[in-house]
Amino acid sequence: MTQAVAAEILAKRFGDVEAVSDVSFEVQQGEFFGFLGPNGAGKTTTINMLTGLARPDSGAIRIGGVDCIAKPRSAQNLIGVVPDESNLYPELTGMENLCFCGALYGIGKAERMLRAGELLESFDLTQAADRKFAGYSKGMKRKLTIAAGIIHRPKILFLDEPTTGIDVASARQVRQLVASLHREGTTIFLTTHYIEEAERLCDRIAFIVSGVIRRIDSVENLLQPVQNQHVLLISLEQGAHVDMNSLQEAFPELELSLADDLLRAETHDPIRVAPLIRMLEDKGVEVLEARKARPSLEDVFIRITGLDTSSLNREKEKESKSR
Amino acid sequence: MRRWTAFWAIVRKDIKTYYLKPPNVSWGLLFPLAWTGMFFIKSGQGLDSVMNLLPGVTALSILFGTTSMLAVTVTFEKKNRSFERLLLAPIPLELLMLAKTGGAMAFGVANAFVPAAMAFFLTDMSGVAWNLFLPAVILIAVVSTFLGLFIAVAVSEVFEAQTFSNFFRFPMVFLCGLFFPINSLPFFLKPLSYALPLTYGVDLLHGAVRGASAMPVALDLLILNGFCLALFWVNLRNIRRKWFL
Repeated sequence: MTQAVAAEILAKRFGDVEAVSDVSFEVQQGEFFGFLGPNGAGKTTTINMLTGLARPDSGAIRIGGVDCIAKPRSAQNLIGVVPDESNLYPELTGMENLCFCGALYGIGKAERMLRAGELLESFDLTQAADRKFAGYSKGMKRKLTIAAGIIHRPKILFLDEPTTGIDVASARQVRQLVASLHREGTTIFLTTHYIEEAERLCDRIAFIVSGVIRRIDSVENLLQPVQNQHVLLISLEQGAHVDMNSLQEAFPELELSLADDLLRAETHDPIRVAPLIRMLEDKGVEVLEARKARPSLEDVFIRITGLDTSSLNREKEKESKSR
Repeated sequence: MRRWTAFWAIVRKDIKTYYLKPPNVSWGLLFPLAWTGMFFIKSGQGLDSVMNLLPGVTALSILFGTTSMLAVTVTFEKKNRSFERLLLAPIPLELLMLAKTGGAMAFGVANAFVPAAMAFFLTDMSGVAWNLFLPAVILIAVVSTFLGLFIAVAVSEVFEAQTFSNFFRFPMVFLCGLFFPINSLPFFLKPLSYALPLTYGVDLLHGAVRGASAMPVALDLLILNGFCLALFWVNLRNIRRKWFL
């Protein structure tokens, strides 16, 4: 396999803030690569450097074998970018937007009209082809933005938060479209806050925290350590006060954490539910529900990034609201 | 060839989405009309004053038309991040910025012909040296557009673009010999006049319309071309520094 993207020891500072330091990774041709990290981890800075929108202070970038720093325009011929915001032109129709984006890559009029028509059809937007982008729903905007990112048939597609802020049905459709692009051979570089999305779609994932890559591995390998974990989630009454120290003393074999009235118990052996619930109730804490959870990539993410579940949820909520 | 496809697509898109919008077309018509009317009444010389006013009104129409439009549209596109699409396109930055400013230049040139068309109905225009008038108009449009781009690169909000452009434009109205000869300005303001590009454009227009330019035509043309190149270079440098972080 040949390399689609290669980043070597990338570093970028903004004044006193070190946004990215010592970031190195490779993405193979045809791979679906996830790039995950909390807000402010350096994801956008890295993407901007890879796509030619920012210059690294040091390091090297090769896109499809082309030196991105020395020849950014040549490298830009090979890539498509779908930014985290649907940033097409509100005054243009869907068709006009796609044709304009095609023209930016030098595609002739007849060819771009043909491609735009095909994309509108496969993205289920033919009916809205002559409507202005400003009047599109969020889901339609997202789909058209993805279509605009691939009209020139890039070999490598950078997708920044493609499903954030859109409804469940549209998000599902977007995921299917992205998966089919990947099946057709496009290399995908995805950043997302939705860990389950990355788990479902990606071949390999890199975790970046505070501008440093903490781990890069296949989803399978990343999940390995949590595969045999047993996780129990106990929903408590709103505002429940739990003395975590005494609970931990009583159940030393469990790894316990509490966030947003959700008590999480984790261990390598099957969890005995009754004593735990009994103790909570004895301490006057009302238990609403207890359920077994499948260990997921989110658990791996939390372990690696050091974030707790509640702050991760808050980030997702914040991202959703800001759209 | 592929680059020029992108170039013309950007110019066409800007003309369609910004410059041919009814509010901008009405601005292009009303603004020169208002300036002409104001100075016409103020001069009290009847139709004789039209030819004296034409160079100043023409230059003003171009200056205000181009700087407002470009500074606002670029700032707007930067703000809603659609400008990123252009920066991600595989075309050289020089060509991209020429495309982005091309629509504003065309708008400025079109604006210049509104007062000229009005004057055509009011007075005898047979003495106008059109072969000088046209290059003067184009050069003023180019230099004003690049000034608008300078403003657009310097600010991040649309309202800042408007405020900052007025900071440049209004002093030019009084300092560049549009309606008052530079010789009648206080001595300490004269150096400032000669540091402004519009002074040379207006001088060219005075030469074209009234056959009365203060400086040699070749010198005006040379200096205006110099301003265009210098401003374009400064803009490219600022864009590379500020937009490609």
